[in-house]
Amino acid sequence: MDAQVETATRELSYAQAIQEAMAIAMERDERVFLMGEDIGVYGGAFQVTGDLVERFGTDRVMDTPISELGGAGVAVGAAVTGMRPIFEFQFSDFATLAMEQIVNQAAKMRYMLGGAVSVPVVMRFPAGSGTGAAAQHSQSLEAWLGHVPGLKVIQPATPHDAKGMLLAAIEDPDPVMIYEHKLLYKMKGEVPEGYYTVPIGKAEVRREGADLTIVATSIMVHKSLDAAKQLAEEGIDVEVIDLRTIRPMDRQTIIESVCKTSRLMCVYEGVKTLGVGAEISAMIAESEAFDYLDAPVVRLGGAETPIPYNPELEKATVPQVDGIVKAARDLVTGAR
Amino acid sequence: MSATAKKGAAKKDGANQPFIYRHYDQEKLRDALRKMYLIRQFEEGAEESYMRGLIHGTMHLSIGQEASAVGICLGLSDEDQITSTHRGHGHCIAKGADVSRMFAEFFGKTTGYCRGRGGSMHIADVSTGNLGANGIVGGGLPIAVGAALTAKKMKTGNVVVCFFGDGANNEGAFHEALNMAAIWKLPVIFVCENNGYGMSTSVARATAVPNIADRASAYAMPGVIVDGNVVSDVAEAMHDATERARNGEGPTLIECKTYRYRGHSKSDRNRYRTKEEIEEWMTERDPIEAFESQLMEFGVIDQNGIEEIRESVRKEIEAGIEFAKESPMPEVANLEKYVYTEQA
Ligand SMILES: Cc1ncc(C[n+]2csc(CCOP(=O)(O)OP(=O)(O)O)c2C)c(N)n1
Ligand SMILES: [Mg+2]
Repeated sequence: MDAQVETATRELSYAQAIQEAMAIAMERDERVFLMGEDIGVYGGAFQVTGDLVERFGTDRVMDTPISELGGAGVAVGAAVTGMRPIFEFQFSDFATLAMEQIVNQAAKMRYMLGGAVSVPVVMRFPAGSGTGAAAQHSQSLEAWLGHVPGLKVIQPATPHDAKGMLLAAIEDPDPVMIYEHKLLYKMKGEVPEGYYTVPIGKAEVRREGADLTIVATSIMVHKSLDAAKQLAEEGIDVEVIDLRTIRPMDRQTIIESVCKTSRLMCVYEGVKTLGVGAEISAMIAESEAFDYLDAPVVRLGGAETPIPYNPELEKATVPQVDGIVKAARDLVTGAR
Repeated sequence: MSATAKKGAAKKDGANQPFIYRHYDQEKLRDALRKMYLIRQFEEGAEESYMRGLIHGTMHLSIGQEASAVGICLGLSDEDQITSTHRGHGHCIAKGADVSRMFAEFFGKTTGYCRGRGGSMHIADVSTGNLGANGIVGGGLPIAVGAALTAKKMKTGNVVVCFFGDGANNEGAFHEALNMAAIWKLPVIFVCENNGYGMSTSVARATAVPNIADRASAYAMPGVIVDGNVVSDVAEAMHDATERARNGEGPTLIECKTYRYRGHSKSDRNRYRTKEEIEEWMTERDPIEAFESQLMEFGVIDQNGIEEIRESVRKEIEAGIEFAKESPMPEVANLEKYVYTEQA
């Protein structure tokens, strides 16, 4: 059981779950505060902070200028000196302007100083395609940050995990980067009331199965579960693992599953090449699970292209349920 | 402005003595001179150790810039914080670090401030409020603003000093940081050590305004230009900026005009400046010489006292290098330690 103190649950959207986590954190700990562009009266580009400014005031729900690099750096500086900032990027794409502070400063400060400091900053990244926002507002660059020792990178897929993992991130002494798929914001799910945490670095088996392991991230967890349902009707029994954290990766859960099913498919929205699936595949190739494989590993990732505007093209850019069903069927029946 | 105080320009007992003589006791001033010597001899010692192959990598020496580091840190406590730069040895010492542990860091030893993980470019002593040098030009600017945000939120009454070079003022981070510090009225003092060049590129070639301090008006904060080789001038500007910061009036940008004697780093062939220029600064405007003659003029110290300081610093440096040499190397098995915070 993930949750430490679970009470009654009710249905909340993913965005509401995040908002609730931030409110609880701010109530529990006066060091916690929010920073970001238009997160105050506007409520955030995706209404994740919503009306929090009314409850906590502008000192704790701070609008920043349009200064991603500077803003991220301010959050890092505040974290190092004793605060617990949560920094929202308006779109994850804009983190490219702040890579300096994330990669060179936040991730390395503890190490460079030989353990003299910790950097308990949380950064939130609304990511992913499907909104028609085209190439500069739709990317999934989580693998960039997953490549950086010193960071922790999480991708909660459900409202329950969004709240619990955000609360865990705030407790965490190190920088935690949260990738939130924009299409998940409206998704509803059961969310416990009150405080609870979901551990960072633990994958979750969402569906047990015997024929094939799908390791999926973020929104692809739901697409993979839909695909698994269809495949079950054909007699193909799919196990779906929600990776939840890409750094540090829960290798054991994946290895155990592949040892059981003997087949592995990775489904993620980021560009396929050099992405999360490459790491999972290589990790399996290096592990004891390799001997159990009955078929080549398959990766379904984003196309090797920027995200296009046209909705049909946009859909074709990232894995969809039909594609997952077909790839899984081919893999299990040996058609490939 | 001349670096050497003109004879008779200020009366020994008069109210028109330079700032530090009115504001600090003699002990403090002698200690300031000692710190300047400590910085210079530390860097000479580091340079020599580097030449002898005891230190690897590279380093950026601030010899010639000691007055700015010491003048800025003179009135700060350990609780006041600084962010530093790649040319940060002076800042670290001025803020109160122990040179033995600094040498140990340069030698890559476990007893170093960063346990051998940081080296010269990441030298830090968090216990005396130094949040660290930085390998990224402009990297410390937003972090300093964040530290100042903490000070404001926690109402600590502390100030944060952000050191940076003239080259850094053309980074976006500089502009974003100054703007945020100003809109939120944060207790941070931006200190530009303008030594005339960013590597080989002169300020005139790289920066559209003649003075870095001219940028301050764009962020509605005072921009103060001082002779960065005159301790008292630096300390006075810093004093005013600190008052302003502690009173909640927000940030100040201080530009210390100074000069580095050595090359940019260990790879510099000095093709972008003349020998004459370097000579002139070294002979006419040396910050330590200037400070010494001023201290003597105002009767704070005599030649014997100066000799004593030099000698005691020499011993401290020698002992520091010895300590570094004898300290243990980190174990390779601990390579991945300190990437993440160890949790119980
Ligand atoms: C972002 C970045 N760009 C370039 C460099 C390489 N570099 C290191 S120091 C330096 C010059 C910096 O000049 P300035 O800010 O004036 O400081 P100074 O070296 O004169 O003390 C350069 C170009 C770097 N470390 N970081
Ligand atoms: Mg310079």
